[in-house]
Amino acid sequence: MNRDEIYAKLTEIFKENLDLEEIELTDTTTADDVEGWDSLAHISLIAAIEQEFGFRFAMKEVVNLHNVGEMVDLILQKIG
Amino acid sequence: MNDLLYQLQYPTDPGLVLRKRNTIRKLLLKTGEKRVQKKIAILGGSTTHDIREILDLFLLYNGIEAEFYECEYNQYYEEVMFNNEELKSFRPDIVWFHTSYRNILHTPDTRDTREEVEEKYEAEVGRFRGMWEKCTEELGCTIIQNNFEYPFYRLLGNKDASDIHGLTNYIQHLNAAFYDYAQSHENFHIHDLNYVAADYGLPRWHDLSAWYLYKYCCRIEAIPCLAHSVARIIKSLYGKNKKGFVLDLDNTLWGGVVGDDGVQNLEIGSETAAAQAYQEFQQYLKAHQGLGVLLNINSKNDRENALAGLAHPEGVLRQEDFISIKANWNPKSRNMVEIAQELNLLPESLVFVDDNPAEREIVSTQVPHACVVPISCPENYIREIDRAGFFEVTSLSQDDLARTQMYKANAQRVQAAQSFGNYEDYLRSLDMHAEIKPFSAVYMARIAQLTNKSNQFNLTTKRYTQAEIEAAAADPNCITLYGKLTDKFGDNGVVSVMIGRQEKETLHIELFLMSCRVLKRGMEQAMMDEMVRHAMERGITRIWGYYYRTAKNGMVAELYRDFGFTLAETRGDDTVWVRDTENYKNLQSIITIEH
Repeated sequence: MNRDEIYAKLTEIFKENLDLEEIELTDTTTADDVEGWDSLAHISLIAAIEQEFGFRFAMKEVVNLHNVGEMVDLILQKIG
Repeated sequence: MNDLLYQLQYPTDPGLVLRKRNTIRKLLLKTGEKRVQKKIAILGGSTTHDIREILDLFLLYNGIEAEFYECEYNQYYEEVMFNNEELKSFRPDIVWFHTSYRNILHTPDTRDTREEVEEKYEAEVGRFRGMWEKCTEELGCTIIQNNFEYPFYRLLGNKDASDIHGLTNYIQHLNAAFYDYAQSHENFHIHDLNYVAADYGLPRWHDLSAWYLYKYCCRIEAIPCLAHSVARIIKSLYGKNKKGFVLDLDNTLWGGVVGDDGVQNLEIGSETAAAQAYQEFQQYLKAHQGLGVLLNINSKNDRENALAGLAHPEGVLRQEDFISIKANWNPKSRNMVEIAQELNLLPESLVFVDDNPAEREIVSTQVPHACVVPISCPENYIREIDRAGFFEVTSLSQDDLARTQMYKANAQRVQAAQSFGNYEDYLRSLDMHAEIKPFSAVYMARIAQLTNKSNQFNLTTKRYTQAEIEAAAADPNCITLYGKLTDKFGDNGVVSVMIGRQEKETLHIELFLMSCRVLKRGMEQAMMDEMVRHAMERGITRIWGYYYRTAKNGMVAELYRDFGFTLAETRGDDTVWVRDTENYKNLQSIITIEH
């Protein structure tokens, strides 16, 4: 799976979980940029990502994520 | 129904429910179903946000539209104990204490003496008891309390279960104290978190990163199981349980096809593995009779073959265990509707069990809102039905135990009616006696249950908790009446309930309902006669009746007109009726009344 494919899947997950019609994710997108992406929504986002890609994040990985780009890197590394 | 909505009936795909929660919620709200409105306060000892969102879906699916209140993180105790005005003004119908073993404050230490462990135990139990009592006193609502689940490690290994210093041992004792409280308090229900966690699998349930990161007491993916389990209790409290089974025969109640294979070749009993599975399934179904669940047959068979199968020497269920037996070659959807009519129930309150997917398809597409269980193979039947929680028990009344008997007596009455030319002669032949009296303590549970279960003969469809029923009984401005009907075929139990509220010389009938199984026997008239008699004794001169239309109570839209009331006002679908008590003549004289 390449970055574009991961982005496509992430976009779907974000739209579904945050109940948004449209969203554009980039490497520098953070929670502050997205409507409804608060700490509570973050929990279900992480759970949905784990389910979609079939792995589980370690605790410190979750804590150290700062933007969508880092999330994509981490997913690539986990499924690679 | 949209396939996504089936996710809310067991088996649930938890990941899908969590991810699609917004879509599912919109679909549920789009069905336009009229739902009861309830206020639920979730007071958690851990995070509750996603639990609330998913619980909302299960409740909507079961016909309950909830408004929620969530306490601040881990403030369940403080919110109740220290006069929280926000919680009080929310006026919850239900408070759910979502606590877990993480919330136990006083835990045993291996160096503790027996006395010290007991002191801790007393302190812990006292803390919870005090909280429940305060909650009952200040909020007067129903309480749902989690028991404690087993922890994820055992310091003493196996001895943790038996030694007073073991946390597992301690938890079992705390749970026992919770159960004692439940047994002596009717508006208090235990949510068996311990079972839910064990059933889910403790290692998977206890996701420590979900605890450390988000303070969830369970894994995120376990939330649908948890929410479903609590929703079972809530929907049962508000009368949303199913009322009966409609069962196929061949390859559902026994292995083989009775018409082709012959009775002697059916698989049931102890001979083969499959025979044992079918036998245990029959035992499981038969045990439901004790819960008041009605058993019926819907089978493509000649009737005599069906009855021969039910007489199999190793079988558990017998012909007399069933209320309605439809063994014919009609479409099963048609049989299903006819069975419901015979029982005076709505088809959606019956659970259809059939091994054949094609038959399930016919019933689910042809019978609106039909409840169809996707069973797989006989060794899984019990689990697949049981997990769905169709018949969750929140109170066991004597009426439940006798329900099959009552419905059978009803079937006999229908037969008796056919032998009379004149309906009134038939009614007289029934030798009916009614006890119509103000609410009394022994019937409070049954009365509350009726207010939550009756949908068809129900003028206002007001739902009451037992606490509210008790409050009405104690209110000097209320005239409360329950009606209990007996006839020569048996005791029908409490079948009708009325509440009138007095305002000086007028009376407002806030509640008037009756179980449909005694419809057209004169009982509804007898109730009105008694209500008017009580009203006149109080000097009341005018009575107002209210009809609030729902999807299900069309049958009583004109009831007040039939009772000599005049239409005073129309508000949309709802109507208001009035009549004076002067010159009131009793509406019925066939039933002998004891008051």
